[in-house]
Amino acid sequence: MTKFTKLLATAAVAVGLALPAVAQEDPFQIGYVYVGPVGDYGWTWTHDQGRQAVEAAYGDRVETVYAENVPEGADAERVMTQMILGGADMILTTSFGYREATENVARQFPDVHFEHATGYLDDNSPSNVAVYSARFYEGRAVMGHIAGHMTESNIVGYIASYPIPEVIRGINSAFIHARQVNPDVEFRVVWAYTWFDPAVEADAAQALLDAGADVILQHTDSTAPMTVLAAAGAYGFGQASDMIQFAPAPRISSIMDQWGDYYVRRVGEAMDGTWAQSNTWEGIADGMVGIGEITDAIPAEVRASATALRDAIAAGTYQPFTGPINRQDGSVWLAAGETADDLTLATLRFYVEGLTGDIPN
Amino acid sequence: MIDPITLITALIATSTPILLAAIGELVVEKSGVLNLGVEGMMIIGAVCGFMVAVGTGSPWLGFVAGMAGATALSLVFAFLTQVLLSNQVATGLALTLFGLGLAALLGEPYAGIIPPPTSDVFPQAMHAIPVIGPILLSHDIIIYLSVALVAATWFVLKHTRVGLILRAVGENHDAAHALGYKVVRIRVLAIMFGGACAGLGGAYLSLVRVPSWTEGMTVGAGWIALAIVVFASWKPWRALIGAYLFGGIAALQLRLQAAEIGVPVALLDASPYLVTIIVLVVISSDRSRAALNAPAALGRVFHATS
Repeated sequence: MTKFTKLLATAAVAVGLALPAVAQEDPFQIGYVYVGPVGDYGWTWTHDQGRQAVEAAYGDRVETVYAENVPEGADAERVMTQMILGGADMILTTSFGYREATENVARQFPDVHFEHATGYLDDNSPSNVAVYSARFYEGRAVMGHIAGHMTESNIVGYIASYPIPEVIRGINSAFIHARQVNPDVEFRVVWAYTWFDPAVEADAAQALLDAGADVILQHTDSTAPMTVLAAAGAYGFGQASDMIQFAPAPRISSIMDQWGDYYVRRVGEAMDGTWAQSNTWEGIADGMVGIGEITDAIPAEVRASATALRDAIAAGTYQPFTGPINRQDGSVWLAAGETADDLTLATLRFYVEGLTGDIPN
Repeated sequence: MIDPITLITALIATSTPILLAAIGELVVEKSGVLNLGVEGMMIIGAVCGFMVAVGTGSPWLGFVAGMAGATALSLVFAFLTQVLLSNQVATGLALTLFGLGLAALLGEPYAGIIPPPTSDVFPQAMHAIPVIGPILLSHDIIIYLSVALVAATWFVLKHTRVGLILRAVGENHDAAHALGYKVVRIRVLAIMFGGACAGLGGAYLSLVRVPSWTEGMTVGAGWIALAIVVFASWKPWRALIGAYLFGGIAALQLRLQAAEIGVPVALLDASPYLVTIIVLVVISSDRSRAALNAPAALGRVFHATS
C-alpha cells in the first residue's frame, strides 16, 4: 500500500466513511490498528514490517489496510468497525490498551478473526480473539547485563511508558541482570505516560542524564532519546527496531521485535480455516525477539558475556527470572533455582528487591 | 537533588516551540480569525525545516524554510476562509489533518537522520558563568528571538496604530470595513504571521529540541499552543507565562520522577496541564472584564456587502 492510498484511507477513516473495498477476486482483507505512526522507527514500524511480510508472502491473495495514531479507547472501536464494514476479515490491534475495544468489537463480529498484541485472555474473552506477545524481558536481560557493565556513575536511567506488566517485567529483568554484574548499580525510572512523543521522550532522557545516569534504557517508541544520548556521550539501546543509525554509539545494542513470521503464519491459518484462539508468547529462541548487533563501543569481554547470556536464553538453559529473587519489600518471590511461571510473569505488578521508587497505580 | 539551573535551562528549550506557535496564533485570533490548523502548520514547519537543514547543512536556512512551508500552508487556510468564506473551525481542523499527512509523506526518507547542529549565540566560555551563564547565555538565537517576538507583539498590539487596526478588525470587522480598512488583506497577513510563527516553532522542535524527524512528532503541541492563547486571555506576556509554566512543570515532573520523590506519578504527569490552566485562569480572572478580551469577531465570517 502506498503512502498516498494510506493518506486517503486515513482521511476516509477520519471523516467517517467506510474504507473502499476492492472487489476483484475478493482477497483476504487484514486491518492493522496502530498506536503510533509507521514512521516511528520503533514499535509501530516493526508491526508494519510484519504487515509488509504478509503482503510479500501472499501477494494478491491478501489486502492490508492500516490506521495510524489510533487512540487507545472508544475511538479504536470505531476504527475497527469501519475496517470490518469495509470488508476486513482479520483485525490486528497492536497495543495493550486496545484490549477492551478489541473484545467489544469481536463480540459484535464473531466471523472476523482478531489478534491482540501484548494482551491476555480471560474467561470472558470471545473465542475469535487471539493474543500474542514477545518475551521482551529476555532481551531486557541482555541489555541490563550490558548496562550494568557500561555505567560508570552506577546510575542507569529507564524511560518507561505505562505501568503495565510488560513494562514492569522489562524493568525487573534489566535490573536483575545489571545487579548481577554490578552490585552497586541503581535504576532511576521515569514514567512518560506515552508510547510515542519524541519531545517528551527527549526531555525524559535529559532529566535522567541530569540526575546522573550515563546509560539509559527506553521502553518508548521513538529515536528521540538516542539523539539526546548522542549529544551527551551516554549510552542507550535500540528499542523495538534496531535503530542501527545510532550505532556504534550511543546505540550499543538493541532489542528488535520481529513479528513477520507470526503474522504470516496466522494469516495463513485464517485463510485455510485452521485459525483458532491462542495465546502466543515467543522469545529469542523463536525469533520474535532479536538482539541487535552488540557494537565495539563495548569491551570485548562484555560483548562475549552478553552474547553468551543471549545464547543461554535462546537454548532454554537459562530463564531470566530464576531465583533467588526477592520482591521489593524483601519477601521471597522465587526461591533459589525456582523459575517464574508464565502466569505470574504475565500479571507481574511489583518491583524486585533493590529497585527504589514506586510503581504508579 | 534537583538542580534548579539545569531545570530552568531545560524548561526554556521545552517551552519555545509552544511559545512561538502561541504568539502567532494570538495575533491571528486578535484579527478575528480562529485557525485550528496550528498543529498542522507546526509539523509542516518541522518537516520543511528539517529537509532543508539536512539538504543544505545550514540550520538557519532550515528555520527559514520551516517558516516558509508553514506560511504556504496558512495561505491555503487564508484562501479558503477569507476568499471562499468557508467555516474557520472546519477548515482549521482539515488543515491539521492535511498538514500531518503531507508532513508524513514529505518526511519519509528523513527518519533517523541527525540534523546539523544549531550553534549558540554566546561563546562556550560564557556558559560557565555561574547561574546566569547556563540560564541566560547558553541558548541559540531562536530562543532570544521568541522572547523578543513576545515583546514586539505586545508593543505593536498595544501601542501602535497597526495594532489598533488589527484589533479593530478582530473586534468588529463591519465597522473596520466601514472605516475603509482592508479587512481581508489584514487578516490574510495575520494568518501568514501565524503560519510563520507556527512553522518556526515546528522547525525548532525538529532541529533543536528533539532533534530528528519523526512522523507525527508534534503530538499535540499545536493544540496546547491554542489552549494557552485562550487561557492567557489573548495577552502576549501571559502567553509567555503560560508556555513557560507548561514547559517548566513538564520538565520538573520528569526530574521529580528521576529523583524518586514520593509524589504519585499520575498526578505529576497531569500537572503541566492542571497547573497551567489553574494559574492562567486565576491571573485572568482578577478583572471582571476578562471575558471581554476575546476578540468579538473571533471565528465569524466576514462578507463585505457593499
